[in-house]
Amino acid sequence: MASLTIPTPEPQLDPQSLISDEIREGHARFEAAGSPNIPGPQLDWRPYRSSILRHPTKNPQLVDPEVIERTSPAFGHRDVGELEADLTIQHNGEPLGERMVITGRVLDGEGRPVRRQLVEIWQANASGRYIHQRDQHPAPLDPNFTGAGRCLTDDNGVYRFLTIKPGAYPWRNHANAWRPAHIHFSVFGNAFTERLVTQMYFPGDPLFALDPIYNSIPTQAGRDRLVAAFDHDLTSPEWALGYRWDIVLTGSGATWLEAEGDES
Amino acid sequence: MAPLAPTGGQTVGPFFAFGLPYAGGTELVSPYSPGAQLISGVIYDGAGDPIPDALIEIWQPRTDGSVPAEPGSINRDGATFTGFGRAATEPDGSFRFWTLAPGAEPGSNAAPFLSAVVFARGLLDRLHTRIYFPDDEAALQGDPLLSSLDPERRATLIARRVEEGRLMHDIHLQGESETVFLVFS
Repeated sequence: MASLTIPTPEPQLDPQSLISDEIREGHARFEAAGSPNIPGPQLDWRPYRSSILRHPTKNPQLVDPEVIERTSPAFGHRDVGELEADLTIQHNGEPLGERMVITGRVLDGEGRPVRRQLVEIWQANASGRYIHQRDQHPAPLDPNFTGAGRCLTDDNGVYRFLTIKPGAYPWRNHANAWRPAHIHFSVFGNAFTERLVTQMYFPGDPLFALDPIYNSIPTQAGRDRLVAAFDHDLTSPEWALGYRWDIVLTGSGATWLEAEGDES
Repeated sequence: MAPLAPTGGQTVGPFFAFGLPYAGGTELVSPYSPGAQLISGVIYDGAGDPIPDALIEIWQPRTDGSVPAEPGSINRDGATFTGFGRAATEPDGSFRFWTLAPGAEPGSNAAPFLSAVVFARGLLDRLHTRIYFPDDEAALQGDPLLSSLDPERRATLIARRVEEGRLMHDIHLQGESETVFLVFS
């Protein structure tokens, strides 16, 4: 039955104000510790409630990578068809929403392109709804949009997808919680140590300051590296907007430890 | 040139099931092929509860220790060993792979292992680990990483052989039995 009442936050969920305080305190603690040069998120990050029981509490072991860890699985055209990079043609009709190109380069820490390697994405539709059965957000599914794609980088490390700009969506981390619009990226490097899963955000999103996941990256410079740039040169006239986002991989222990000199 | 600043990780989230797992991801070899090994386990959180929305990938050498370079992990041809597998955990937190025993890398002191990486809702970045095969005790004794760990921690990296062709290996993200996770120099 349709209802005109606006749902009120459930009392057992923490308010945004508490989460925002915890985010501010977390960033301040990091700064007080001298802002160690780590690009990754903090794993022990209470504002993201699901992380509380899912982060290691013991120090990671520093180890010299063996050959298998210094190499990466190979993917090829046997694995990924060219049409899989276009998320707008997977059904009979056109999906709803803002058509957009997202492209950029996958590089290693030395700036070398990661060639012929697999990039996978998945995302919500324009209404902020995932096709996943566990997503209960009462926004419409789009029969013409699934929201998953794959491609291989080219010889310059360039990936490129055509998709629909995803919407923000609500979640239950805390009361009235909304995720900034994002596209999930899964990327392989030249070494398995460089394996990365992350999220790409859109410039100027007003939800940034409120979001525990985005803010798990402790520095503003680090958070900025998760945000794509609008690029008018990439737009396709009367067809699609264009965004650019480069991805830089690291196989070092820089997530937790002071990075040391490393030839790989 | 100064190293480029790396892109930080973010959680795989709750909704990766339609984006990452694929048919054949867990079967690096056919269960009926000679030498096939079934390795299974459960991924647990710090309360000892199984994690039904985790993802684990393995990457490994062939049984002779050489590193596969052939594509085809997503679209397997039934004959080529590509060395890569991916499994989403089931509602009971379990995962399984059918694969071949990894070989020792020629010229290395490291005992044979699967390189593994774990993702989950609630886990903000990848976690690297290793899954050693338990069969060659001398090789395990000589392994540089295992030798650097106390016995309790060391045990979290070694699979248990429960019978011919079948191994078990649980992963604990947190707690008393927390698995040893790795960062690389």
